[in-house]
Amino acid sequence: MADLVVEPILAADEVRAEAAGARPRRFKLTFWLAAGWMAAITFVAVFANLLPLPPPNKPLVGPPYSLPSWQYPLGTDELGRSMLSRVVFGARVSLEVGVAAIVIGLLVGGFFGLVAGYYRGKLDAVISAVANVMLAFPALIFAAALVAFLGPSLEVVILVIGVLSIAPLTRLVRATTLTHAGREFVLAARMMGYSSRRILFREVMPNVIPSAISFALVGMALAIVLEGALSFLGLSIRPPQPSWGNMIAEATQYLTQDAWLVICPSLFLFFTVLALNLGGDTFRAVFDVKESAL
Amino acid sequence: MSPRRRVATDYPVDDGGPLLEVEDLTTAFRTPRGRLVAVDGVSLTLQPGTTLGVVGESGSGKTVLSRSIMRLLPQKGTETGGRVVFRGRELTPLSRKELRQIWGAEMAMIFQDPMTSLNPTMKLGRQITESLRYHLDMSRNEAREHAVALLRSVGIPTPERRLGEYPHQLSGGLRQRVTIAIALACGPRLLFADEPTTALDVTVQAQILDLLAAQQRERSMTMVLVTHDLSVVAGRTDEIAVMYAGRIVERAPTKVLFSKMKMPYTEALLASLPRADRPSHTPLKVIPGRPPDLVDPPKGCRFAPRCSYAQDKCLAEDPPLREASPGHVYACWFPVGTPAGRGALTANGRAAGAAPADPTLARSSP
Repeated sequence: MADLVVEPILAADEVRAEAAGARPRRFKLTFWLAAGWMAAITFVAVFANLLPLPPPNKPLVGPPYSLPSWQYPLGTDELGRSMLSRVVFGARVSLEVGVAAIVIGLLVGGFFGLVAGYYRGKLDAVISAVANVMLAFPALIFAAALVAFLGPSLEVVILVIGVLSIAPLTRLVRATTLTHAGREFVLAARMMGYSSRRILFREVMPNVIPSAISFALVGMALAIVLEGALSFLGLSIRPPQPSWGNMIAEATQYLTQDAWLVICPSLFLFFTVLALNLGGDTFRAVFDVKESAL
Repeated sequence: MSPRRRVATDYPVDDGGPLLEVEDLTTAFRTPRGRLVAVDGVSLTLQPGTTLGVVGESGSGKTVLSRSIMRLLPQKGTETGGRVVFRGRELTPLSRKELRQIWGAEMAMIFQDPMTSLNPTMKLGRQITESLRYHLDMSRNEAREHAVALLRSVGIPTPERRLGEYPHQLSGGLRQRVTIAIALACGPRLLFADEPTTALDVTVQAQILDLLAAQQRERSMTMVLVTHDLSVVAGRTDEIAVMYAGRIVERAPTKVLFSKMKMPYTEALLASLPRADRPSHTPLKVIPGRPPDLVDPPKGCRFAPRCSYAQDKCLAEDPPLREASPGHVYACWFPVGTPAGRGALTANGRAAGAAPADPTLARSSP
């Protein structure tokens, strides 16, 4: 075949491509702190059973109301249970709820959002209307009512928060799909004779995923907070099984004796939510840079 | 190409007839303001292996024309009329599914902006091999080898390495080469190049056009080159169709068009080009005014409000397409270079008062 290489121009291209590829991708220190925190929390939550911790419900591991010390790293609560162990097992509940609920939201909401944004028309009108109705429900009241009806358990809480996360994710994915479905590469794919389904899932979806994930990280933080709120109201898993929310709820009774019992799980909740938000922001920022460089 | 084409084979045998016949093609969009006729009764015939240039301003309907022929426009809100016959087979009644076998395999298109016509999240290798595997049922390895050969043929150095790269790692010129490789992958017979060089640096433009011409010769492919730039089509086409406001206003073999143009619009387009043989700082002649509103086009000749030849007749009656010589048609009441045209020009010059210093500016739009 014909050789049409024109050297100088291509040499310039080469330099440019290399410069673009060599640019180091830098994250801020705060991102590394957030990622480190999430990694640590995830690690202890996953391997909670294997860690050298006393069982979270074992009373009188030490004297009640002990302050943090070498022997009791995060102190003990009103029954002398290890706060460290309870916080670690509580992290397990928070993360399970956060991850599982958002996965439900991503799968269901993501699917409806893609379909609505790509096919438009009546399908879009119906899906958007349903999503808007779902968004109009006050989340906490909806969750409280449903859990009260179905009975509090971890599965029910996951399901309820998952259902609540469907509508916002549907809307986000729909909007992102709309912008990408209008791009020329989608037309180019149609011109190559691919079917709509193939174009939707192989051309459009990979472009939608980054923004969906950055939103999902923030959504995970919201899910964890909502679980905390439900726990606080006694509508999530029941004590003595620890979750951050019910630890805070129980400890409020002893606020005057030992404020640490409230502060400790609150700090864990706070830092986890903060870390997830920072992670989501960084993810979006990285994605935006890529977008503008195109 | 591979004998295992998935493409429908129920074409009549190639009998030396035209590859593409477009008859009275009309495309209208329903807009909130009313029915917008973007392509208005266009007829074309394309012989195999030739190149047609479609020239016109922005909004003259040239992009819509090529997409209408391929039937790539969204079905919703679009009305189409007329006939498109490709290799003896009418495309109008075909379903989406049948069209998908033609798209990419028989007809392909190159888009204006290589920055947006490649998927940013997919490696180039997959973007090229996908259509090979889809249309030609190639195996993964076959497709890969074919992709490497394709990239090499469009002048991309180290094609093996490029297959594993993403579009953002390539410059604009290289990206357009990749989109050409993708469009050529399945060996289409008809290639639409929709302003293929508009988004590129001037230095790269000529390379891309040369590449297209070389590929066309090699594959004896038919090409429709859509552009707003007459200089792009000058040496690279067999025939040129000039479009204005959704219609073909002049069509002629390239040499004839440049030497014996009949339509004042063609003349004005040519006059607006910078030329090397004029002294520097010669102001370019512009065409005053703007293309008409296609929701409510003016009565009579659509170019009349901007035309330096225009007479009362032009504003009242729509000129039909007339034949000047075999293969050369135009739509004008007072054609360039005829006694009628010269008469119209002097009449307008006199009406403007002083001697017409610049005939294209002598007449202000009504």
